[in-house]
Amino acid sequence: MLAATSSLDQFSHDPWWLVLIKIVGVFAFLVVMTLFTIWYERRVVGRMQVRPGPNRNGPFGLLQSLADGIKLAFKEEVIPKTADKVVYFFAPVISAVCAFTAFAVIPLGPVVSMFGHHTPLQLTDVPVAVLLILACSSMGVYGVVLAGWASGSTYPLLGGLRSSAQMISYEVAMGLSIVAVFMTAGSMSTSDIVASQANGSQAQFFGLTFTMPSWYALLLFPSFLIYFVSAVGETNRAPFDLPEAESELVGGFHTEYSSFKFAMFFLAEYINMVTVSALCTTLFLGGWRAPAPITTFWAGANSGWWPMLWFTIKVLLLLFVFIWLRGTLPRLRYDQFMRFGWKVLIPVNLVWIVALAGLRTLQNSGLESQIKTYIMVGTVLVIAAVWVLWPAKEKPTAASGVEGIDPGGRVGGAGGFPVPPLDLEVPPSPRAPRLSVDREPVPAGTVAGDQSATEQEGR
Amino acid sequence: MGIEPVDVLLAGLGAIALGAGVLVVSTRHIVRAGLWLVVALGATAGLYLVLSAELVAWVQVLLYVGAVVVLLLFAVMLTRAPIGASPDLDRPRWAGLLVGGGAGVGLAALLIDAYRWSRVPLPPGTGATEIGTEVFRTWVLPFEVLSVLLLAALIGAIVLSRPDIGAADTETGRREG
Amino acid sequence: MSLSAYIPIVGLLALGAAFALFSVSIAPIVGPRRYNRAKLDAYECGIEPSPQPVGGGRFPVKFYLTAMLFIVFDIEIIFLYPWAVSFNKLALFGFVEMVLFIATVFVAYAYVWRRGGLDWD
Repeated sequence: MLAATSSLDQFSHDPWWLVLIKIVGVFAFLVVMTLFTIWYERRVVGRMQVRPGPNRNGPFGLLQSLADGIKLAFKEEVIPKTADKVVYFFAPVISAVCAFTAFAVIPLGPVVSMFGHHTPLQLTDVPVAVLLILACSSMGVYGVVLAGWASGSTYPLLGGLRSSAQMISYEVAMGLSIVAVFMTAGSMSTSDIVASQANGSQAQFFGLTFTMPSWYALLLFPSFLIYFVSAVGETNRAPFDLPEAESELVGGFHTEYSSFKFAMFFLAEYINMVTVSALCTTLFLGGWRAPAPITTFWAGANSGWWPMLWFTIKVLLLLFVFIWLRGTLPRLRYDQFMRFGWKVLIPVNLVWIVALAGLRTLQNSGLESQIKTYIMVGTVLVIAAVWVLWPAKEKPTAASGVEGIDPGGRVGGAGGFPVPPLDLEVPPSPRAPRLSVDREPVPAGTVAGDQSATEQEGR
Repeated sequence: MGIEPVDVLLAGLGAIALGAGVLVVSTRHIVRAGLWLVVALGATAGLYLVLSAELVAWVQVLLYVGAVVVLLLFAVMLTRAPIGASPDLDRPRWAGLLVGGGAGVGLAALLIDAYRWSRVPLPPGTGATEIGTEVFRTWVLPFEVLSVLLLAALIGAIVLSRPDIGAADTETGRREG
Repeated sequence: MSLSAYIPIVGLLALGAAFALFSVSIAPIVGPRRYNRAKLDAYECGIEPSPQPVGGGRFPVKFYLTAMLFIVFDIEIIFLYPWAVSFNKLALFGFVEMVLFIATVFVAYAYVWRRGGLDWD
């Protein structure tokens, strides 16, 4: 901890002009990353859908997002007459400000020489840096819920409520997934967490000594997985992009926004994506440190300005996964989404934290390794026994049709919702061979064997 | 005993918190009252930060600004969240002024009289590690009792908000609303 | 005093706010403005907007329950953080404490699950 406090101290020694340069640098980095990510997303999704994507403005179409942004500024701004004007004005500002501020504590590199000053390549760091990022993202909820409410319109209000419920649900999972990192690193400051991923620790199992992987993504794989899934949920990205489910909510909370106010939400969404990717890099992928094979043959990879390159590459790879998910997966239904968050991510996370804490307590205890092994095996056996012997719930016998339908064709009693008739017919697939297209459509309930039998007779 | 920049910051943040607090109870826009509450709580977090209680400050932002006021906004939107002023807010002003002002002035007088110019030395460690060891060594019992409090809060929320679901007897139709 | 470490954060916040406020206020000035009554109506897929119910619409109580659950778990997480950071100092005692705490919250969680509070029907 002594080294940690001294490393945090160096952030308060910058002269004011250097702080100013760093602030503008981080701001520019975020804006450029946003413009680049929009282009990146459109190109990658384009390739996935076998089309070129934007390629007209600038080399490879790189200036497309800049052109779009400038064009948006010259569009007419429509403020619905039912809106609460003041809140309507401030909601996009809140979103953008929260998105910008969260990036302040992300480490981009080691100590470098900048105009004759030795300064870390990071705006600032505080002992509770990760909490600051979480606080900013929870403040970002306000931008969404206020935008939805202030529009004075039905779709945005629904979208805003949905979106905020989604964000707070996945914030829980995200907050829990970070606990394991804090436990292993022993600190909440981002630069300390990066420093603690420099070298793998030694661990003893069954009398043998192993070198554990230095990246927490490998060491704490469940946490990494849960973090990434909840980051996708937190940033409202596909397949969790329910707030702007355009097929049901038009555009979600920003339906009534136009011109540059809309651009602010767009900017905030992409900055948030960059921030969660950068936080993921910092917490789990070794931060700005070069990946293992590079450092073995190039000692200078972790010094000077090079680490910023490794950092950017890692962030871009994570952003690629975001885009890949969007290009691949269909959107979840809201109930599936909430069930996944509350019934899968959170309990798994809690169990994982307890298991990890138990393991580490056992490691730190002064017991002999023989006894440690016995305790570990014993615990696993007990848990397995409980799992197997747990009284299984009786599965409800599969009833025909939909569960809980009244004879009158309504769900939830005689006064409930009407249900359409369920004897739907399945149309033949257009991809099937031509022969089957000529056939009659097969009713869903009938046995396939009957059909073929009658056809055989007919021939 | 001169005035330091920290004192100016403290006074400024206190004034913001106070002003926002007055606006919370005096505005006629329900949702905006919630937003002024955010400002007041944020200024309080700033006070903690200036008093070098970093962890407490960010916990204040995370819990009060990020969670409790969101709950309040949800509760307002569940029932009604009209855009514009609500003329039907029925508050006797003089009574509110008397109670609020009296409590504020009384507390201020009490605290100022109690502390005057006495100074409390900053304990050596106020970081997360120190707070952690303190809470989990010295204050174990309150911490464990707190978990029971959380249990009660959750059960209360279920019982109050959704008497229609999952109860033993789901006889009649749903409750309205 | 760690307060000076926050100056850059406030600086970035101020720059972000200045940028956002500037661009949001400049857009209506440089953009065109053509009045059309229909354009200022709330968007409802091109049909006449349905009148809002008196006193505002009502929304499912599930959102409230979600926020309540969120608060409880947020408090739990907040306690987990200092515990995780000082984990190596606390040893077995801290582990047992936290297992008890998590178990109690888990009881509440299981209750909510059984009562169907986590179902979004």
